[in-house]
Amino acid sequence: MGDVLSGLATGFGVALMPFNLMLVLLGCFAGTLIGALPGLGPINGVAILLPIAYGLGFPPESALILLAGIYYGAEYGGRISSILLNVPGDSGAVMTTLDGHPMALNGEAGRALSLSAVASFVGGTIAVVLMSLFGPLLAQFAVTFSPANYVALMVFAFASLASLVGKSTVKTLLGALIGLMLATIGIDSNTGVARYTFGLPDILAGIDFLIVVVGLFGMAELLHLVEQQVTGKLKTLPVDKSFVRWADLAKTKWTILRCSLIGFFIGVLPGTGASVASAVAYGTEKRMAGAEGQRTFGTGDVRGLAAPEAANNAAAGGAMVPMLTLGIPGSGTTAILLGALLMFNIQPGPLMFAQRPEIAWGLIASMYIGNVALLVINLPLVGLFARMLTIPQHYLTPLIAILAFVGIYSIVGNPFDLFMITWLGIFGWFLRKLDFSLAPVILGFVLGGLFENNLRRALSISGGDWYILIDNWKSLLLYGLALLVVVLPIWMGRRARNMAEGDA
Amino acid sequence: MTLNRMTGAALLAATLALPTLASAEVTSPECIAPAQPGGGFDVTCRVAQTGLADAFGGPMQVTFMPGGIGAVAYNLFNTTRTDDPNAIVAFSTGSLLNIATGKYGDFDENDVRWLGTAGADFGAVIVKADSEYTSLEQLMTDLGNDPSSIVVGAGGSVGSQDWMKAALLVRETGASPMDMRYVAFDGGGDAIAALLGGSIEVYTGDVGEMASHMEAGDMRVLAVMSDERLDGAFAEIPTAKEQGFDVEWTIMRGFYMGKGVSDADYNTWVDAFKAAYATPEFEQVQADKGLLPLNLAGDELKARVDENMATLREIATEAGLIQQ
Repeated sequence: MGDVLSGLATGFGVALMPFNLMLVLLGCFAGTLIGALPGLGPINGVAILLPIAYGLGFPPESALILLAGIYYGAEYGGRISSILLNVPGDSGAVMTTLDGHPMALNGEAGRALSLSAVASFVGGTIAVVLMSLFGPLLAQFAVTFSPANYVALMVFAFASLASLVGKSTVKTLLGALIGLMLATIGIDSNTGVARYTFGLPDILAGIDFLIVVVGLFGMAELLHLVEQQVTGKLKTLPVDKSFVRWADLAKTKWTILRCSLIGFFIGVLPGTGASVASAVAYGTEKRMAGAEGQRTFGTGDVRGLAAPEAANNAAAGGAMVPMLTLGIPGSGTTAILLGALLMFNIQPGPLMFAQRPEIAWGLIASMYIGNVALLVINLPLVGLFARMLTIPQHYLTPLIAILAFVGIYSIVGNPFDLFMITWLGIFGWFLRKLDFSLAPVILGFVLGGLFENNLRRALSISGGDWYILIDNWKSLLLYGLALLVVVLPIWMGRRARNMAEGDA
Repeated sequence: MTLNRMTGAALLAATLALPTLASAEVTSPECIAPAQPGGGFDVTCRVAQTGLADAFGGPMQVTFMPGGIGAVAYNLFNTTRTDDPNAIVAFSTGSLLNIATGKYGDFDENDVRWLGTAGADFGAVIVKADSEYTSLEQLMTDLGNDPSSIVVGAGGSVGSQDWMKAALLVRETGASPMDMRYVAFDGGGDAIAALLGGSIEVYTGDVGEMASHMEAGDMRVLAVMSDERLDGAFAEIPTAKEQGFDVEWTIMRGFYMGKGVSDADYNTWVDAFKAAYATPEFEQVQADKGLLPLNLAGDELKARVDENMATLREIATEAGLIQQ
């Protein structure tokens, strides 16, 4: 503990230097904007700005502080377009659309934006506190998570998400199946065989997650808006001046706390990230909310908004743990940050804390400051962001379309992906017309891919013996939890009914 | 802006864009990394960006073109951007393997102009620090007796170069690579996590990525798959060859251009590489990026690629990656 405190003292000494403080603020602000743009997320923001940070000739700790600021700024900003436009800025912000956008449509955009800023702040802060206290220990534990454990984790995720079942169970399952099918496209890593690529080199490595999110969600939403405009059903929203209330915070405090922990632990695991974390958090909260929650979630429930937001920011912090303590990147973005460390000739891992404490602890301290900075930057801007909704649709829709196209093209530079988001958008629009919810498609895509890969890895390790799946207490614990999230709400519902009958 | 100046600018742009100019100057050099940011191709391009900055009066732009394990870029430079004098594309031995196994479609190694190398990395056989294996020989004996008794894993799919390294080891013991128990992870980071967590026993990675783990002492490199011992931090690691096993895996990293690029432009680039190779700065850039020296440009590289392709086709056929 003493080491941690003295380390943090060193770190704050570095991070509070006026120049570094300015860089944190700059990074957070730029990151928020990058995250808010559909198609551009943390991974691209950091990748695009890495050479610039390097080229400016900053000392390594300053450059890293700037990049880290962009990283969590972008995690923060992803929610803005989710809430206002129903277009997720990046993959971790998909679940935020489910309750965030209905709130905006109800004239509560300001409330949604400010509440999510608070949830993000708490999630991010809890993550960084846990990281500074238990980082190395947690990382040691996280690497013992075997493919068989990931299979159990995915079962748990599926179980908690079964509550997402919307109006029609069949359509939800079909949606998840479509997602699974999309995930099977590309070279199968366990056999080296190309599946469903039809000889197209562009999808040999599979369809990028970002393309699916921007296409199925973003483009489909834009088509939907255009359709509404053409048919004259589009209602203009009044300028809303709503803001988060104390009652909202009181109602969501346990949600935020639980989801911060869920998000952090899922983030620490090297194989999973913000998208899985926010999905599991949302599913768990909906389960916990009981029968009343089943009705209100998805229609603008504050808990449904706070849950994924706390979780995805906590996951972003969690992903830093294996990178800093073991030198293993836990996500795409941390892989780039790892590359940045190596560029500056710093070897990440346990020795970094001993050899370059000013960098390791400076980075951690900058995360504390960054979280506060993001809250301070974001709350006053809520009104400004909310005004975006009053921009007439015939200006806004093409603008978003252009931003999404430019964003995607600037990252991948391949025109094929522009066709891809267009076709996926049309496909998503048809699904919406048929009353499908798009969230199960996305979740089938993310979780299904992880489930298949890890199941096959586990079976390769065991030589085909299925016993490996239940061979370990971590798996058993997760299966137990999965059972619990399915059974508990049913049991509690029955008990409540019995008690009501007993009273009568 | 006045009308005259606009016309002037348009004329200038038109002149620059004229594709028929045989020896259009290399005006805006660009390095294309055919992958997401952060990987090996990114590193390769960064070497050119910094290492060739003097030749082109500043660092060149790096563009990412992910998709199809490099196939998208290879196809693009064989169909549309065949004569772009400004663009170089990063490749590695992995790309050559993909060409050999037909993953890049109908195009082969004669359809682009091989330009120069950025450096090299070498395969490495890695176990956890507390593993029962302390020498390659012990591992090879066990692999030879029963290849399915040891769980080998790495960051690439079956048929990738990570898999190939493991397959070569098994083949050297006399057993069949088909009997190997190989687990494919999503990138080297996940594979290292699995090794540290005990899910896999052997990791066939690259020596370059071990730089950050050497001092920490959490992993042991049983052998490096190079011809000779490496320098610096890796000097202590014995080669597979000196332990009596004839397995070698060099990961060559370099650049190619479109086939239609004029000789004059191609030679401008080749000369730029050759000039850079002679400077201590380039050596430093290579070292900073975790690459070991391997400097080949122009015809030298073309000869090496041809030689490699023949070997790769042979190995891939033996391993069953090329259907006869």
